[in-house]
Amino acid sequence: MAQMTMAKALNLAMREALAEDPTVLILGQDVGQDEGVFRITEGLLKEFGPERVIDFPVAESAIAGVSVGLCIAGYKPIAEMQFSGFGYHAFHQIENHASRFRNRTRGRFTCPMVVRMPYGGGIRAIEHHSESREAIWAHLPGLKVVIPSGPRNARALLRASIFDPDPVMFYEPKASYRAFKEEVPDEPETMEIGKAHVVRAGSDVTIISYGASMRPVLEAVDELVDEYQLDPEIIDLLSLVPLDTETITASVKKTGRCVVVHEAPRNCGPAAEIIARIVENALEFLEAPIQRVTGYDLVLPFFNLEKPYMPDPTKVITAVREVVNY
Amino acid sequence: MPRKKIELENHVESLSILDADGNADESLVPKLEPAEMRKLLRGMLLARRYDERMLKLQRQGRIGTYGPALGQEAASLGPAYVLSKNDWMIPSFREPAGMLYRGWPMDKLILWWGGNETGSSVPEGIRDTPICVPVASQCLYGAGVAWGCKLRGDGTVALCFVGDGGTSEGDFHEAMNVAGAFNLPLVCVIQNNQWAISLPRKKQTASSTLAQKALAYGFNGIQVDGNDIFAVLTAAGEAVDRARRGGGPTLIEAVTYRLGVHTTADDPKKYRTEDEVEAWKCRDPLARYYKYLKKHGILDDKARDMMEEEIAEEITAAVEKAERYEPDVLEPWRYCFATMPNFLEGQLEEFQAYLESVSGGEGRSNHKRSELSENVH
Repeated sequence: MAQMTMAKALNLAMREALAEDPTVLILGQDVGQDEGVFRITEGLLKEFGPERVIDFPVAESAIAGVSVGLCIAGYKPIAEMQFSGFGYHAFHQIENHASRFRNRTRGRFTCPMVVRMPYGGGIRAIEHHSESREAIWAHLPGLKVVIPSGPRNARALLRASIFDPDPVMFYEPKASYRAFKEEVPDEPETMEIGKAHVVRAGSDVTIISYGASMRPVLEAVDELVDEYQLDPEIIDLLSLVPLDTETITASVKKTGRCVVVHEAPRNCGPAAEIIARIVENALEFLEAPIQRVTGYDLVLPFFNLEKPYMPDPTKVITAVREVVNY
Repeated sequence: MPRKKIELENHVESLSILDADGNADESLVPKLEPAEMRKLLRGMLLARRYDERMLKLQRQGRIGTYGPALGQEAASLGPAYVLSKNDWMIPSFREPAGMLYRGWPMDKLILWWGGNETGSSVPEGIRDTPICVPVASQCLYGAGVAWGCKLRGDGTVALCFVGDGGTSEGDFHEAMNVAGAFNLPLVCVIQNNQWAISLPRKKQTASSTLAQKALAYGFNGIQVDGNDIFAVLTAAGEAVDRARRGGGPTLIEAVTYRLGVHTTADDPKKYRTEDEVEAWKCRDPLARYYKYLKKHGILDDKARDMMEEEIAEEITAAVEKAERYEPDVLEPWRYCFATMPNFLEGQLEEFQAYLESVSGGEGRSNHKRSELSENVH
């Protein structure tokens, strides 16, 4: 076991995959010589050479489309979009090809590729660098959408995504890249995609979140427990597709109350789908309307105004108290 | 530092060997055995008759909208002809001549236009991607496939097709740029058929040729008479050889003409004149090639009639086979993911219940759910 940041853990997962499987490749802007703008690919060019770690021209559609072609030719590309805000160029190739090749060719050609993208606010970045648009990808049939929250699950989920037989959109909460360290096992570790993690068992209220928003949720726990004598159950989804309906439903059946937290805007956001599943499966167990703590349906402001527009422990505590006191 | 002309390393040529009257520059005619020459005619004739039959099937409501490739037979057959079995072909959607030559069962193509995804299920042993609708998007995965060829280092190459309209797409630019930057074994053939639905070639770009775009990407371009099978074959053969030897990509502009509609949903009278179409009919790739073969005693009318009969039978058999196909209503569930996730299992149950409700139980397929959930690599 070693203590490491999410940045190091992601790097470790890629290093392990490159070493194990000669068909694994990394493609992206500045991923080689520069080792990635967030240094996630640190040391990989040196260790595996320019045929495996490819400094790509500035063309996101090409990074995705060439990855599709590499899959057809028998490779497992890891495509890095430098920021999710630039990943929209790749939308066309991902929607029209990556997500559909298995179905179109009835399994003859498949796309076992991962598209990694740093997402989310809170790092004082310039315009177009702070959005959370994971819901866009979750809407597309044929894609999985995975979002880790900490170093250990990031490493295990990235490994699972690289070796998954289908395309995975891997959203990395960049504000968490170096925010904290965790124990990460020495041996390669994997996790099943589509299983949520009950981070804290509790009985009064279910708080559901994922990725970057897990931090304000966890920061709210002490106050909820100490100040308000509440016993929250906390679920880290880890993937939006597949969404772990079973874990969510079981928890809400137990607590009868629920708050969903994410940075992404509210309208048609992940919380809407989560709440729909709860309504479909556990309506009669609900003792209060479900609350959403999300981004507003606005363009996220520049970093000087960003903070109050993002989920924080205060918003989480307010929502939980409203749900509990209903 | 005086002002001077920049000399580019690469060049753009044009090539024409066989004219519209069937006269060839014999010094440039590719060295082909008579049997090969007849095979080329057969390939074009097959595609022509297939197209004609498909238009009839569409009018009879037996397939959906159809996009014919009438008049473009040489432009897609020639490049396919020079590939070896292990090379890859990345078609767009107006390459039936090339696809049929590569071994695509004709019934698959009929099924595709008839609204069945099985028409995209590439048969084992054929290294082609299926018909691609989103314009020019195939160029990018074509570059990816070429990249795979290069990584393997087995001397295989990728050939991709795009139309004149496709050259305006960003994906075309990105694919060519990447192919040049990484010296990929990619041959890109532009079927310049003069019309992108209603937009004429001249309004597509200010470039005087499409072939010259290659210069910007750092490789050679060549504009060929796309209705001249000899020119297409020669240019594609040279490009494939160069790619195979590690010499990188080539852009081939095959100047041809869409004699028919864009698709059966389109009326070209709205945007182009009959005179223009008639003028291009005089430059038909099949007619001129047949004249050449006849003049050189390689094929006579009798042999051609026999060929026509054989082709008619082949097409009839393919239509019959396609029409015997019974789609499995549950197949889409099996191919969304390698293993069916829980959320789809729930939706499948809902769908099966619906089928049962509308058909009194007969709609339920023979497949058990466990079979559908199986891993289906």
